[in-house]
Amino acid sequence: MTHSTTEPANFTGAAPKAGPMLAADGRPLKKSLARALRRQKLRALMLVAPLLIFVLVTFIAPIADMLFRSVENQIVSETLPETVMALQEWNGESDIPDAAYDAIYFDLFTAAEAKQHTRLGTRLNYEQTGISSLFRTSGRQLDDIGDDVHDALEDINPAWDEPAPWYQMMNAGDRPVDTALLDTKMFDMRALTGEVLEGDLGFAPAREVSDLLPRTAAAYTSWAIYTALVDGDIVAEEDPWESVFAALASDLQSGADVSGYSGPGADMLAEAAANLDALPAVDFRNVMVGIDEDWGALENWQTIKLYSPDYTPGYFLNSVDMQNGIDGAQMRPENERIYITLFIRTLYLSLVITGSCILLSYPVAFLLSNLPARSANLLMILVLLPFWTSLLVRTSAWKVMLQQQGVINDVLVWLGLVADDSRLVMINNQTGTIIAMTHILLPFMILPMYSVMSTIPPYYVRAAKSLGATNWTAFWRVYFPQSIPGIGAGSILVFILAIGYYITPEIVGGTKGVFISNRIAYHISSSLNWGLAAALGTILLAVVLILYWAYDRIVGIDNVKLG
Amino acid sequence: MADTATESAFVEFERVQKSYDGENLVVKDLNLSMPKGEFLTMLGPSGSGKTTCLMMLAGFETATHGEIKLGGKPINNIPPHKRNIGMVFQNYALFPHMTVAENLSFPLEVRKMGKSEREAKVKRALEMVQMGAFGGRRPAQLSGGQQQRIALARALVFEADLVLMDEPLGALDKQLREHMQFEIKRIADNLGITVVYVTHDQTEALTMSDRVAVFDDGRIQQLDPPDVLYEEPKNSFVAQFIGENNTLEGVVQEIKGDTCIVKLDGGEVIDAMPVNVAGVGERTRVSIRPERVEFNKDRLSPDAHTLKATVKEFIYMGDIFRTRLSVAGNEDFVVKTRNAPDAVRLEPGQQIDIGWLPRDCRALDA
Repeated sequence: MTHSTTEPANFTGAAPKAGPMLAADGRPLKKSLARALRRQKLRALMLVAPLLIFVLVTFIAPIADMLFRSVENQIVSETLPETVMALQEWNGESDIPDAAYDAIYFDLFTAAEAKQHTRLGTRLNYEQTGISSLFRTSGRQLDDIGDDVHDALEDINPAWDEPAPWYQMMNAGDRPVDTALLDTKMFDMRALTGEVLEGDLGFAPAREVSDLLPRTAAAYTSWAIYTALVDGDIVAEEDPWESVFAALASDLQSGADVSGYSGPGADMLAEAAANLDALPAVDFRNVMVGIDEDWGALENWQTIKLYSPDYTPGYFLNSVDMQNGIDGAQMRPENERIYITLFIRTLYLSLVITGSCILLSYPVAFLLSNLPARSANLLMILVLLPFWTSLLVRTSAWKVMLQQQGVINDVLVWLGLVADDSRLVMINNQTGTIIAMTHILLPFMILPMYSVMSTIPPYYVRAAKSLGATNWTAFWRVYFPQSIPGIGAGSILVFILAIGYYITPEIVGGTKGVFISNRIAYHISSSLNWGLAAALGTILLAVVLILYWAYDRIVGIDNVKLG
Repeated sequence: MADTATESAFVEFERVQKSYDGENLVVKDLNLSMPKGEFLTMLGPSGSGKTTCLMMLAGFETATHGEIKLGGKPINNIPPHKRNIGMVFQNYALFPHMTVAENLSFPLEVRKMGKSEREAKVKRALEMVQMGAFGGRRPAQLSGGQQQRIALARALVFEADLVLMDEPLGALDKQLREHMQFEIKRIADNLGITVVYVTHDQTEALTMSDRVAVFDDGRIQQLDPPDVLYEEPKNSFVAQFIGENNTLEGVVQEIKGDTCIVKLDGGEVIDAMPVNVAGVGERTRVSIRPERVEFNKDRLSPDAHTLKATVKEFIYMGDIFRTRLSVAGNEDFVVKTRNAPDAVRLEPGQQIDIGWLPRDCRALDA
């Protein structure tokens, strides 16, 4: 097809239809345009790609991770999988069910072997003080009951002390395998250790044994997986954990009928069943409470149950001085509240700092934009000078200036304005924070104001005066409204910087002048409660976004000019 | 008579001088007096001091020396906002954060006028510039011409004693500019307001003004109605600056009443009218308007002196012909002839004789 034939055809064809406009080659014009622009778009994308990737990796991803951390809570179900299941039916008020004690013994035993129980203790200690030490001491004493059973069984038949009979009894061999048990235990162990756990296990639980001795089979399977895949040993050659002995005693005492069993180790089992009296009584409720009487306390179990879901509002509740209770969320006692006060103080101080920045910056910016170029440049250097000094140095300088034996107080005393014994307290409180932060953030207010003011031509004020306005009216009605975008830009900048400021309040703020960011830093680096830090950070982010939205609604973000 | 003259002087500059740096005078000894209701234009090249004069009148610059009077009262020490002078700025200076109506209402508000009165006046002013429907718009939503009208309305709405306009049409395109010239003139005439208008565009000055003050080098070179200014320039600067002009240089040979004989540098002799010559034997610069040059001998007096000319270029411009000649060493001697049925079309290279009436050829300062 040539142009001479297609063009008239298109023209006559497209015009009466009034459909999409067609290009010379018959394609829709929109498509042709998009194709023509694709290369340009691609090139533009390639040019921004480095920054885009950088921002994604260093900014968006950490923020997403932080948001996620503030609700993430898999640690409980990963460490205590059976306990979490056993507590599902419990209403949180009545007696703690036996199943829960059974489950937590084995869960804790496995976790202690994998050295994960203290981690969970730390996590739950954020919610219920004392749990951390409960977990730690329990972890050390879980062996005791198993040891007793071990000794008793060994007295009945020394073969119980050998790894081989255990293995022959528990391993399926030619018998049917309890795959469900194996899969569950594999899954739990992967979650607990956080490892992939691949390789030859060399063991499979026999279904007839797991039907007969459920606790024993479960404990042995856990041990076998750990021994083979974590420690890298051969299952048939290792002594089982003490928990397996305790499990066997428990199974036998709860009435397992071994008479029908004829597999490997049948006579050993029958012998043990016949000598039940020689075995110490294994009741896990007594075992746990015996280790630490706090295991009988309702609130510890309530805490475990409350935090058993994979995602929790707990960190956010803590962030607003509330706590998760079995009856729902409620405010913390008056004397434990801290974060609401800190949030309000952070917002209030940021507003005060923004306000004082506006008041101090406006005349400077006005002067800057109205002076002749030479003097304006000199003044601009003075404005920018603080940028060239370290933030730490500037803040420390304020410490020297403001302290009670500092420069300002000395001068005031020397002038006789202040008595020597009543020197002003200007540091380690809110005054110190306001003064130092106003000074530090001043350039961020001056620069946007200046860049807006320098675009306001002088003839507007002249026009206002020629129309009869006094100097003040000309300023207030004509100049000032046009400088508002600069105030807006500076205010947003200063406010958002102030709300997240950390170093300066830390140094000059004392206890009364610290911000929420100092608390976040404390949880990140000292208490290591990253979930709470993340929740506090998320709330801070949300507050800033809400304020930004409100600002957009009230003032209009179009009215913000940085230059 | 002397009494009425001073009484009618509404704006007066008396020996006004202005210097910005203490070394150079931007305005040198300015004397000007204009009656109420006059439309006076200050015309001149940039740097001639015209805008400085306007700013001194408005009160944004102070006179270094001399006195400026408005309605007979010295205003040197009155701040701008108390002078009651309306001003239209070059860039209009409409307040961008206010609507058109708010802009117009501003001078009335600062005068503490009541709301209903304000609204009535704003409405009337908007209708006067045919912008009645635009009160609610922002200046940025208007075209240049519309902004111009609003700026004009704002300068007029508070019934100022005097309206100053600082190159108000400079930013408009040619067609709109011509249209606005008539518009401004019409409104000024209707309201009978006193206007001081600054421009560097001579056509604007000639079409709009009652009188034009031609500025150069900090002085008023000539202050006259447009026709006088064009036809009877008092010195070579005005002759050059206003309209097109041919210049020949020579020495005054003889003065007889209202004519004189000038011997050009090439030796040719011509008739001229002595306007601004120092005397016999002094150098002079004669000025002839292109449309007053005659090459039809029958229309000249028999004893008139003529000059030999060579046609260099002939340009057909529709309503006129523009012919460039080489005359007495001047290669850019231009003649304009009306495109009449009997008009002669000259060929380049053609030799002709040209002449003029002595009153059209003005002998001015060298």
